[in-house]
Amino acid sequence: MPVTVKTCATPAEAAAALSSDRGARYIAGGTLVMRAVNEGDVGITTLVRLADRALAQIRVSGARVSLGAEVTLLAILRERELSYLHPVVRSIGGPAVRTMGTVGGNLFAAPPFGDLTAALLALDAMVSVQSGYGARDMALEEFLAGRDRAAGTLALGVSFERPASPDAFRYRKIARVKPKGASVVSIAAHVPNMGGRVSNVRIAYGGMAATAIRAKAAERALEGRALDEAGIAAAVAAAAEGTSPATDAIASAWYRREVVGVHLRRLLLGLEA
Amino acid sequence: MAKTALQFTHNGRDVAVFVDGGTSLLTALRELVGDHSPKFGCGQGGCGACTVLIDGDPVLSCVTLAESVAGKSIATADGLKNGPELHPLQTAFMESFAAQCGYCTPGMLMAAKALLDRNPTPSRVEVVEAISGNICRCTGYEPIINAILAAAGHGLRWA
Repeated sequence: MPVTVKTCATPAEAAAALSSDRGARYIAGGTLVMRAVNEGDVGITTLVRLADRALAQIRVSGARVSLGAEVTLLAILRERELSYLHPVVRSIGGPAVRTMGTVGGNLFAAPPFGDLTAALLALDAMVSVQSGYGARDMALEEFLAGRDRAAGTLALGVSFERPASPDAFRYRKIARVKPKGASVVSIAAHVPNMGGRVSNVRIAYGGMAATAIRAKAAERALEGRALDEAGIAAAVAAAAEGTSPATDAIASAWYRREVVGVHLRRLLLGLEA
Repeated sequence: MAKTALQFTHNGRDVAVFVDGGTSLLTALRELVGDHSPKFGCGQGGCGACTVLIDGDPVLSCVTLAESVAGKSIATADGLKNGPELHPLQTAFMESFAAQCGYCTPGMLMAAKALLDRNPTPSRVEVVEAISGNICRCTGYEPIINAILAAAGHGLRWA
């Protein structure tokens, strides 16, 4: 069934179009929304898009990084300043998916997809959103918690602090298919080393709940400890705490809970997958 | 519902079509432009059979909104050959027995072209990465990887 396509001049106009029509979806790259349209999802009656590339800007200002919602995964891969995100982006899709897939779209990807969002969660990203009440920034964690109820809200972009050192940010995606496939689990960790101990620890998972989540119990157990077998043992033991993974074609919920600690241990110790 | 006028370049030729809202680029190419080289596989962006290039970068045309390609340059497998002369990648695919049923071949060719246009001498790992979004159920991939490496090894120009 044909749908109406609304091409808007500004994010405010697009947000208004989204909030005034329950059947409206914002479309950027298309990898999520066009799948639903092709399936004949009758819940989608209008596609809202922006005419210009205003949301496709990458800004690096000192340690602060801003990515517009329509920045593609390919654009991240072509930006040297974002090298710590390259392993994350390379783990997603094939080249064609990376040409199309966007930062904003990834925030809405349901598991087993949305690996970049897990990485952004570990980077403590803020999300800039536009609603009928204007634009505002909110923590990514808060955004994800209310995401599926926030009809009429348009994500404009994300911003975060660059990791202090290359070793302070780590990422691993566990997939069954080589060279790549959808996630059994993806793990991103912000573990800056201060005099032999890690501080300001943030660990995030993709594929372990309905959205990307922080592993708060593991974070608490790792804070102030050294990245060695003894130092990480409590974090590994608490790895599955607070998770609620799904059973899908990739893995069962039981399997995901069983292996997340194994892969967290390997990530923290810098071992091979 | 009103149709929307859409203009873009298709294999170097300007085309204009009228599309329904929500039409995919794949449908526009196959049903309105008449280019049947991009294939409908999954319609979900999962198999790569519909891969075409937009301004040189590979995309999955089945999940590309047709209206988003206005003014852009689309390249498909149909535009690879030069008259009766096959593109070196097509020749390499033939000589390496890289096509069996052939359904994935147009997508594989375009994914390979996107790679070789940017990197004329890729490693085997880079070739595997380049076609990692394209599924082939016949060949086991080895002949395809070998064909792309063989084409690259000829040191041909990729225009």
